[in-house]
Amino acid sequence: MNAIRVRGLRKAYKGHQAVAGVDLDVARGEVFAVLGPNGAGKTTSVEILEGHRDRDGGEVSVLGVDPAKGGREWRSKLGIVLQSATDAATLTVREAVHHYAKYYADPRDPEEIIDLVGLTEKAKSRAGTLSGGQRRRLDVALGIIGRPELVFLDEPTTGFDPEARRQFWSLIKLLAAEGTTILLTTHYLDEAEALADRVAVLAGGRIVAEGTPRTLGGRAHADATVRWLSDRGYTEIRTSEPTKAIAELSRNGELAELTITRPSLEDVYLELIK
Amino acid sequence: MTTAVLPGTLSLGLARGATELREFFRQKENLIFTVSLPAILMLLLGTVYVREVAQGQMFAASMIGAGIISTSFVGLGMSVVADREDGTLKRLRGTPMPFTSYFIGKIILVFVSSLVEAVLLMIVAIVRFDVQLPSTAEKWFTFGWVFVLGIISCSLIGVALSSIAKSTRNAAGVLNLPYIVLQFLSGVFISTAALPESLRVTGSLFPLKWVCQGFRSVFALNDGYAVMEAAGSWELGKIALVLGAWTIGGLVLVSRTFKWSNAAS
Repeated sequence: MNAIRVRGLRKAYKGHQAVAGVDLDVARGEVFAVLGPNGAGKTTSVEILEGHRDRDGGEVSVLGVDPAKGGREWRSKLGIVLQSATDAATLTVREAVHHYAKYYADPRDPEEIIDLVGLTEKAKSRAGTLSGGQRRRLDVALGIIGRPELVFLDEPTTGFDPEARRQFWSLIKLLAAEGTTILLTTHYLDEAEALADRVAVLAGGRIVAEGTPRTLGGRAHADATVRWLSDRGYTEIRTSEPTKAIAELSRNGELAELTITRPSLEDVYLELIK
Repeated sequence: MTTAVLPGTLSLGLARGATELREFFRQKENLIFTVSLPAILMLLLGTVYVREVAQGQMFAASMIGAGIISTSFVGLGMSVVADREDGTLKRLRGTPMPFTSYFIGKIILVFVSSLVEAVLLMIVAIVRFDVQLPSTAEKWFTFGWVFVLGIISCSLIGVALSSIAKSTRNAAGVLNLPYIVLQFLSGVFISTAALPESLRVTGSLFPLKWVCQGFRSVFALNDGYAVMEAAGSWELGKIALVLGAWTIGGLVLVSRTFKWSNAAS
């Protein structure tokens, strides 16, 4: 059984169709990234899966349960990492993690979790005094304290500095290595590429492409661009056989500033959401 | 597959209550406005108005009434708005915690903070205005049920109004405006007997007047002072009736208007 199965999901707000027929399958143990520009329907879709929002139509099954009817047992198997929470500001990290551990039947050890998210040195600091990156790591700690089978991460690294993002990524990889299913939304393509087994691109409330980060949108089969500096300036050719092309070109001697590039995930993505 | 049992609703409610209290008393705004302001007003107004012991008793009773409405109506209303604004409610909704436990936590918060408020005001009244505490078990019993019914009805109205306020900034206005106006109409700042008919009737529609009247019956030196009330008696039965009606009305309102977040669903 898949962790998530969605067919024909629809949701409109006051005449605006935010989600217009989304199909989605996420296998157990998979890290799945949903990419898309702002307003594509990412957050709405995820909130429907979390049971935070009603839907207008379509079938949804999350861990075998319809989120609209999910009870306590079902919720205890989910880990929801909030996007912009500032709650528990006057509690210390340690107090907050210990408190949320009480909600679950079989929580992880709060001290281990604090260590896992790298907040051991901040355990006695109040949540309101943490930096942006530290605050989000606390959110992750609160999201995974109950040993969830499925974790939702909605744009988890927005506003992070590069170092905080890398630290966050290793934390997510650690969770994935333990077999946790992860659904991630992001508009950072490098993030999807670094973390996800599979990627879907959501635009205008529809999934416009789906695949692994390497093959998305026909990326693997796309023509390569060979570029070098000749007497006439920079020259480019597009070819499906770059090795052969270079072999022919290099017969006349060294090619200056030679590069071979395929479309980056970003190129593919920008083409898809046009 | 784990089959461990999820923790009980009551024990989670108690855990919520402990955390609620910890957060409430760590927030300076709560300590300054919700808890200290009634005590400061009591000191200021009392110093100006109170000329004799009997007057001090009545004034202290009304201020204690106003004080517990501050912690229940304003305090709880603000805390629910803040929970909605800072993501507390959204986070809780994503956990297996039952809604009832959240509610139990809030009841504990209101009960303890109101008790702290009442004790604080009584200490100020005793130290500064030589107020005597009631001496009979009967008076304390009256104090008890007026206190409980008063904070429950006002908490519910506060939570219902919190659905209108989208941010803590709005909430300060939505909750404080009626609270301050009602203090004028309920015999806190001005004796109800001195109010024009229209204002007195308006005030008597809301719980604050009845809570204050109930407390005046407890703190009055003797029952003869009931003649100073607009009706000429303490009307204890009517107090129970009005506060009970607001409690039921508040429950209906809250169950219909409660929202987990500010976003449209």
